[in-house]
Amino acid sequence: MSLSVSGVSVRFGSFAALADVELEVAEHEVVAVLGPSGSGKSTLLRVVAGLQEPSAGRVVLDGVDVTKVPPHRRGVGLMFQDHALFTHKDVAGNIRFGNAWADVASLLSLVGLPDAGPRAVVTLSGGEQQRVALARALAPSPKLLMLDEPLGQLDRELRERLVVELRRLFVRLGTTVLAVTHDQREAFALADRVVVMAGGRIAQVGTPRDVWEQPASEFVARFLGFTNVATASVEAGTAATPWGRVAVPAAPGPHPVLVRPAGVLLSVDDPGDVTGVVEVATFAGERVEVLVRIDGAPLLEAHCPVVSAPTVGETVAVRLDPAQIVVLPRNSSE
Amino acid sequence: MDPDGAPLRTRLLALVPLAFLGVFFVYPVGTLVAIGLGFGEPIPGVPGGSLGDVGGVLWFTVWQAVASTVLTLVVALPGAAVLARFRLPFSGLVRALVTVPFVLPTVVVGAAFLALIGPDGLLGVELDRTVWAILAAHVFFNYAVVVRIVGSVWAQLDRRSVEAARVLGASRPRAFLRVTLPALRPAIAAASSVVFLFTFTSFGIVQILGGPSYATLEVEIYRRTVYLLDLSGAAVLSMVQFAAVAVLLAVDAALTGRQRAARLVPASPRSPRGFGEWAFVGVNLVVLVGLLLTPLAVLVERSFATSDGYGLTYWRALTSADASSVLPAPALETVGTSLRYAVTATLLALVVGICAAVVLTRPGRLRGAFGLLLMLPLGTSAVTVGFGFLVALDEPPLDLRDSALLVPFAQALVAVPFVVRAVLPVLRAIDNRLREAAAVLGTPPGRVWWRVDLPLVWRSLAAAAGFAFAISLGEFGATVFIARADNPTIPVAIAQLLGRPGEVNSGQAMALATILMVLCAASLIALDRLRPTGAGGEL
Repeated sequence: MSLSVSGVSVRFGSFAALADVELEVAEHEVVAVLGPSGSGKSTLLRVVAGLQEPSAGRVVLDGVDVTKVPPHRRGVGLMFQDHALFTHKDVAGNIRFGNAWADVASLLSLVGLPDAGPRAVVTLSGGEQQRVALARALAPSPKLLMLDEPLGQLDRELRERLVVELRRLFVRLGTTVLAVTHDQREAFALADRVVVMAGGRIAQVGTPRDVWEQPASEFVARFLGFTNVATASVEAGTAATPWGRVAVPAAPGPHPVLVRPAGVLLSVDDPGDVTGVVEVATFAGERVEVLVRIDGAPLLEAHCPVVSAPTVGETVAVRLDPAQIVVLPRNSSE
Repeated sequence: MDPDGAPLRTRLLALVPLAFLGVFFVYPVGTLVAIGLGFGEPIPGVPGGSLGDVGGVLWFTVWQAVASTVLTLVVALPGAAVLARFRLPFSGLVRALVTVPFVLPTVVVGAAFLALIGPDGLLGVELDRTVWAILAAHVFFNYAVVVRIVGSVWAQLDRRSVEAARVLGASRPRAFLRVTLPALRPAIAAASSVVFLFTFTSFGIVQILGGPSYATLEVEIYRRTVYLLDLSGAAVLSMVQFAAVAVLLAVDAALTGRQRAARLVPASPRSPRGFGEWAFVGVNLVVLVGLLLTPLAVLVERSFATSDGYGLTYWRALTSADASSVLPAPALETVGTSLRYAVTATLLALVVGICAAVVLTRPGRLRGAFGLLLMLPLGTSAVTVGFGFLVALDEPPLDLRDSALLVPFAQALVAVPFVVRAVLPVLRAIDNRLREAAAVLGTPPGRVWWRVDLPLVWRSLAAAAGFAFAISLGEFGATVFIARADNPTIPVAIAQLLGRPGEVNSGQAMALATILMVLCAASLIALDRLRPTGAGGEL
């Protein structure tokens, strides 16, 4: 099933939860909507499911305008945040709720919970509830499956395992999937395409790699976890950042630039133009994450190899690797 | 969910309780108020009565209510502590026993205390027609209110707060005064206002135990209407009572609105430790059994104790038509009458109460006023309601005097607030996403309630039904006005039998009261077992 959302706005009083949202999802595509809490991503799912009437705009499923169709006739599946399982029914009863003739046994083995049919839902662990919620959403064979924070409350190890299972399952079933998450790792692992939302608007659409390599705005860059973002003035192919000068392929003038932590090169021995003092050094397994204080500039984050990492209090020379600099578009909406 | 349809459906649902309350509460009580103020037609054959000693009646009503409330707290708070804090053998049974007196009709409680401390009473001291009998019966009746309201909070208080105070250097009594008591204060206040309200509007107990020299407002209204035919005086007294209760409810609402809720954790009772704790538990259990069980046991005993030793004389008299000149038919027929009325009243109360509770869970601007209107019958005296029925519903456009539904309507009116209070918290606790999940899974709006809400609330509904049934069975204050003379209910028959001299009459009253006690207790206990543990719902 293909999905087309055009010009959708949702207003609660004077607050705009969604503002003029445009989104296309092709058949069999897996799209993840990524954004901080309050960015409107759950509202978008509710609009597509028919649980929230938009103030403006249209929702089209397989070419049919369903904007006025109530939720029980849309034929889409929705897996709720925190699962919303029916506690008055057992596992099998939950799965049969939307389809009395569902093949409970094969759905349960599909989600890796064979023989769980007669169990009471209150006895299930978080991961098991998540699987039952997925089986329940799949039981009516929806052509569009939507997931709201599918792995939200689970612990990290379980999330990393389940996200791989989900991706495999989607490929196998060939269902069109629209998932919502605030976790970029989850979004990147699940989806063919990522939609980043901010303040009720779409900030960027692209493959996970596109979004990671070329964030569309300072907001997107910061949301992805990058902190080394600042305005630099560019002259004759060189950008003057607060942390030093570096060659960039950009027109003269002020530009927001992102310096990836891996592109911050620190050396203890050879002196350079720009020096700073290591304020924090956090051991993170395969690398050491360092925060450097440079006079008159924001703290600079650097990722250093474990063998050559400086220690706290050391004075280091700072160079920026031109290959790891991203010039962000000006006049971003954020 | 369905933005266009829902408000219309909600409005239609709201019509049911609104129409019910309008016709059977606002209209009768309003008519009464009009008569009291001198509007409306004068009632023929009734002289303009003097108001007499209204001040004296009001004073007695207030001070006996205060005394009853304080006494109940003193006796019941330690009992609440024992049942809340300690894991005891049979504590489930004890908890159920504690609740029985609360659902007993006041007429039965009055009869039980007559059997205990009345003329020829078991204790040998004749205390009836004294205020002590009234106070003792009030404590007996309201013990469960304190245990249920305070005990449920006490059981769930976070023990670590007390432990923290102890570690910080507070002694046990000091930790109780500084930590436990403040945390319990809202619950104690809530229980006190309920007990005060019940004893302020006390009717059956005062009527049976007080004798001619004691009267609450409620009793005085009844006496003026039935014995003195002073309807306008009774109407004015009804208004005084209505105003007093309205003030009480307003004060209660203002107080509860400002209170902070204590942090609650799942209850974790433990076994008593050491001599002190065991002694505390033992003394309280003795009080509990002595206070609660003795009157009920004596009631049963009296129904068998004839002047020639124990026998079934009084029970046999229930079935014979000529043994008693007090009742129009064999006394046992009142059982059938009461059961029929109570079943009808329960169904009515459930329909009205469920509609009202569903409306109250939906958003809406007038919800607050609607909720208050629903609770008003709880605060209005049953006698006022019955009297209102009598004067308002006996002539066109609404002449229900001969309708078999008149009594059930009055009883349902008394039971509706209890149904709403039992069901509403459970309905409110249902996560709305469950309804949304049902919709997305293809359930049409009209069926969501049946597939999601009803399965989740039916246990609470069953418990509410049991409660409504027991209340309807025992309802006296309103029923005594409107029950047809040739077809009295059990409580009305008991009061009539007790009001006449003669051993056979009082013996039959005891036997009927035993039957009523068993019916009420059985319906409550059977349906209370269905209530899910830990679920909300008041009372």
